[in-house]
Amino acid sequence: MTIKRLDINQPNSFSFSNGDLKVINKIIQNYPEGRKQSAVVPSLYIAQKRAGGWLPEKAILKVSEILEMPKIRVLEIASFYSMFNLKPTGDYFIQVCGTTPCWLRGSDHIKKACSELIGDEGEVSGNRISWLEVECLGACVNAPAVQINEDYYEDLNYENMINLINNIKDKKTIKIGSQIGRRSSEPKKVEKDNA
Amino acid sequence: MLKDKDRIFTNLYGFEPCSLKSAKARGDWSNTKDIILKGRDGIISELTESGLRGRGGAGFPTATKWSFMPKEPTGKTHYLVVNADESEPGTCKDRDIIRHEPHKLLEGSIIACAAMGAQVCYIYIRGEFYNERLILESALSEAYDDGLIGKNACDSGLDIEIFIHHGAGAYICGEETALLESLEGKKGMPRLKPPFPATSGLYGCPTTVNNVESIAVVPTILRRGPGWFSSLGRKRNEGTKVFCISGHVNNPCNVEEEMGVSLKDLIEKHAGGVRGGWDNLLAIIPGGSSVPMLPKEICDNVLMDFDSLKSVNSGLGTAAVIVMDKSTDLIKAISRISYFYKHESCGQCTPCREGTSWLWEMMEKMANGQARVDEIDTLLDLTKRIEGHCICALGDAAAWPVQGLIRHFRGYMEDRLIKTRKKIMVEN
Repeated sequence: MTIKRLDINQPNSFSFSNGDLKVINKIIQNYPEGRKQSAVVPSLYIAQKRAGGWLPEKAILKVSEILEMPKIRVLEIASFYSMFNLKPTGDYFIQVCGTTPCWLRGSDHIKKACSELIGDEGEVSGNRISWLEVECLGACVNAPAVQINEDYYEDLNYENMINLINNIKDKKTIKIGSQIGRRSSEPKKVEKDNA
Repeated sequence: MLKDKDRIFTNLYGFEPCSLKSAKARGDWSNTKDIILKGRDGIISELTESGLRGRGGAGFPTATKWSFMPKEPTGKTHYLVVNADESEPGTCKDRDIIRHEPHKLLEGSIIACAAMGAQVCYIYIRGEFYNERLILESALSEAYDDGLIGKNACDSGLDIEIFIHHGAGAYICGEETALLESLEGKKGMPRLKPPFPATSGLYGCPTTVNNVESIAVVPTILRRGPGWFSSLGRKRNEGTKVFCISGHVNNPCNVEEEMGVSLKDLIEKHAGGVRGGWDNLLAIIPGGSSVPMLPKEICDNVLMDFDSLKSVNSGLGTAAVIVMDKSTDLIKAISRISYFYKHESCGQCTPCREGTSWLWEMMEKMANGQARVDEIDTLLDLTKRIEGHCICALGDAAAWPVQGLIRHFRGYMEDRLIKTRKKIMVEN
């Protein structure tokens, strides 16, 4: 269990784009007649994207209107699922996996790199980056791993995490996936001895 | 060692494209119609013969589960729900199947629907797997365009729809009834059973929930014949399995191997061995964070399948092997797992909601050496008060890793506590 509350500072308005509404309507069609509520998680996800990475109260209300659900039911969902942020995040939102398989391979160093270059956990830095420790991302054989917005960055260590954050700061493109050249979850090529 | 010719997931690592064309070249969708035309009884009896047990953790025979679905139409929609909410620490096999072999999953879903008389399938994928979802969505639309899914799927005369649904970060939604609640747009809180999903599942209709890997292996089993599958592995533990090897090994990786492979071989042949050599091994969690750990003495000889691991008081679980070498602070490692369960408890049952927090706090005290030796028994007692007292297995999953630690490493824990106490006394 975690405690999540609505942020104290709330924007005055929230609206979906027409494109968002089209997508939401299409998602609603995936479920049987009268089962609009099934679309609540995907709709909140779209709302969170539209609001810049977090869910203001107005966005939650809007979803409850569209899906014809009581407001409290939508708020409940928003606070239950950990991917919904009820407080603002940076434009680059780094989620550092800290669960045991990542921890065994040095996620503490990744957290250290984040606090050194970005600042305190959960705070948005001047250059719009924020970070948070999260539970298992499901990339355990590529540990330690982080998720930055939608993408996974894997096989990290202190040095390549520092590089990654610096590249984000300098607006350079960053390579998604393994940072040590693996395609995915295959065993890395063992370097042959020179001898 | 599994021979290449016996591999089901030939594109596990994604060295080839995951497109329909490429999947077809690997043999997917080649005679799906013939398989579907074997009929419900035909498919289920072949699957029974193959011995396939569920790959999501519990190891329940897949064919038996399918046979629980009503045989006659009930006037309601019958559902297949594929559990792709992979979040068990250590486990990352379904992710590879989804992103590199999506067509095996889709084809398996169609066959499973046909075998259960289900008209609609939802694939529930965890929210974090955003890119994986895009790949699956694109594979789904390719398959629809090719007439493999939808009206008269694969020209079989059956109408089967598949939809992809995503979650938003909640481990508990991997529990089948919590997953159904979540799919209905509610908080992912497990339901009381009975009624079981096969009677009253999604929207109150007959539903079967299966793991990604269980579904994705089905087409190959039926194509190559149940005898081929059951010739691999050991009795009651047949076939192949995707293992995820993480932690202190030289080359962490996912690999498909024969069931019943020895744990030592698995690690040495595929993952480059334990960091610092086999003798540097301290303990292994053999099946994802929920199962009790095993000390090196047991790891030396144990085989990786359901029954072998059960016989040493652990479990195959999701076959996620988490290796810990001698540099590991074992108490801290388990404490971090306790934190995970505290974080992921849905809060519905008091023993789990309160117990997981308490468990984590006590584990932290143990890790920091700030507990008394007799508190190890209090900790063990606490695990027993959580285990078996909740609606779902999350409470059990929180209790077992701690029980495993105490069972095999009580001396290690006592040492830590006594040493810290002595240090404090000397300092004062």
